[in-house]
Amino acid sequence: MEVKIEVKNLVKIFSSQPQKALHLLDKGLSKEQILTETGLTVGVNDVSFTVNEGEVFVVMGLSGSGKSTILRCLNRLIEPSSGSVIIDSVDITKLKPQELRHVRQKKLAMVFQQFALLPHRTVLQNTVYGLEIQGISKEEREKRAMESLEMVGLSGWEHSYPDELSGGMKQRVGLARALTNDPDILLMDEAFSALDPLIREEMQDELLNLQQKMNKTIVFITHDLNEAIKIGDRIAFIRDGSLIQVGTPEEIIGHPADDYVAKFARGVDRRKILTLKDVMKRPHPVVQLKDGPNVALQLMKEHGISSVFVVDRARHLQGLITADLALEARQAGIENLQGIDLVSVPVHNGAVLVQDILPVIAESKFPLAVIDEGQRLIGIIIRGSVLAALANTGGEPKDVSSTLRIVG
Amino acid sequence: MYHLPLGLWVNNGVEWLLNHFGNVFDAFTKSVTNVTDLLRNGLGLVPWFVIILIFALLAWRAKGWRLAVGTTVGLFIIYNLELWSPFLNTLILVLIASLVSLIIGIPLGILAARSDRFHKVLSPVLDFMQTMPSFVYLIPALMFFNLGTVSAVFATVIFSMPPVIRLTDLGIRQVPADLTEVGEAFGSSSSQMLWKIQLPLATPTIMAGINQTMMLSLSMVVISAMIGAQGLGAGVLAGISQMDIGKGFEYGLSVVILAMILDRLSQGVIRNSRAAIKKS
Repeated sequence: MEVKIEVKNLVKIFSSQPQKALHLLDKGLSKEQILTETGLTVGVNDVSFTVNEGEVFVVMGLSGSGKSTILRCLNRLIEPSSGSVIIDSVDITKLKPQELRHVRQKKLAMVFQQFALLPHRTVLQNTVYGLEIQGISKEEREKRAMESLEMVGLSGWEHSYPDELSGGMKQRVGLARALTNDPDILLMDEAFSALDPLIREEMQDELLNLQQKMNKTIVFITHDLNEAIKIGDRIAFIRDGSLIQVGTPEEIIGHPADDYVAKFARGVDRRKILTLKDVMKRPHPVVQLKDGPNVALQLMKEHGISSVFVVDRARHLQGLITADLALEARQAGIENLQGIDLVSVPVHNGAVLVQDILPVIAESKFPLAVIDEGQRLIGIIIRGSVLAALANTGGEPKDVSSTLRIVG
Repeated sequence: MYHLPLGLWVNNGVEWLLNHFGNVFDAFTKSVTNVTDLLRNGLGLVPWFVIILIFALLAWRAKGWRLAVGTTVGLFIIYNLELWSPFLNTLILVLIASLVSLIIGIPLGILAARSDRFHKVLSPVLDFMQTMPSFVYLIPALMFFNLGTVSAVFATVIFSMPPVIRLTDLGIRQVPADLTEVGEAFGSSSSQMLWKIQLPLATPTIMAGINQTMMLSLSMVVISAMIGAQGLGAGVLAGISQMDIGKGFEYGLSVVILAMILDRLSQGVIRNSRAAIKKS
């Protein structure tokens, strides 16, 4: 995977003369000490990370944590006080204004929290803005704008004004405006935070859909860990201007770097991250086709259950046998399970999200079977363990990881 | 106690200017006078009802038929009072003075919005221009440009320019930060930023400044009758000096009618520009 953006030792001090504070930072003073000594605020404190090409990289933090400042340092809407931002092996912080404008026009496009549509322009006129200032012909830019409006599902609205649109539609325009430039990198500043929860989810899904087709590099800012987990390939956790942890959603949830991250991880809506693999139980006991009804009944009795899964030698799932079926078979004198009409059960892949089959779990009389790619039975889902996993609200970080059994 | 000879300094300064640049001032006076005379003669050839019709049309476009009717009635009263010629003189002076104010004032306002330093330098100058009693401008105007139109325009421009500068500055500064960020993030040049984002969004505020400047122009043009400006103000002044209340009232009423028409017209334009910039 190629590195698209590399941020090295980024520091932002809010002052026109940051040297003194920079010096103190070098000496290892804390943000608070610098504030009391110089009166200057350290917005971003020595942050380094890389973003790979085609990756959705989420920067996650509370308001005031400096996440938006970091994003704005990437296109220098805010000038970094020190450090470098390297995009495609060019250090953005060293560019002259003219070169910077060129990079902004061609490589980086931004989507804003409050949509930031120009109220005196129609949807189409807003969408062409980026191409318009590059001096691209009206015909060409409108053609490309119409394409991106179609991509975000806004065909037919091109001559409306922003005040005629709902919040979700406005942000679709914001997204279309950014996409029209065909940038390599999309910078999204809390792009969905101002939307209603339902619309927000819809937009998240849409972004993921679009991303599958476009394969852009996306840097996405959010304060919502659920959102971060849903759309992020990797997540960077920011607190007080410092980077605390970078990792995949699993790593963040499974191995939070500190209590702060763990606290967030506990707030996560588990249905959205738990897969069947996470909540399934080991398939034990199982009976094999070569066994007879007596073995099955014995196992059920031993484990206090009323049905048991049947597999072949290669652990391919054959079906399920209930106690009633086994009793009938024994009375009929059947020797092994091969001759019995087993109950067929729905099978699910381990990667499926629990939330997607919650209704099935709730309705089903029997445990659900989880299989791998080779159709082998790898686990069973029983209602109780699902509820337990969903209800788990935490404990210490270690507990979280072990309870979820997420492979880090 | 030492008395600061401020008045003397100002007198000496003006004298120095006159001694060294007298010719320049004279040439300037002559050319501006020619332009205004040309305008006045040209407008004098247009039949009165055509001018009323033009105003009525503008009023109808800007605000609707009520204002059109009011404008027609008001202008007809002026015509009926036989004040049409002084009315035209005043109108021309107001339009010229306003135009000059806008041509100088709007760029100054833009500069002030874009440079905090210039904004800081300009603010006290504008305070000075606005609070100095307007009569004081008449004296240097008189000395530089003699009696007549040019002095009137000069004094009027100085007096009426501050609002459009201030409101242009304010309008641009009030453009929401996220919208100027859009401009920057997409790589706009600073002139693209100005023409495509800042000025369109500042238009309603700038229009309010233009309205104010026009109103101040009118009041100053009337006062500048004291330095020989022709028009309605001269009639008011004559009314005062002859103790002729009736005459003073007729001219004064005409000023009021002109003021109301200009104000309502430009208010209508402001409203239209607000409506064009829809709230997002």
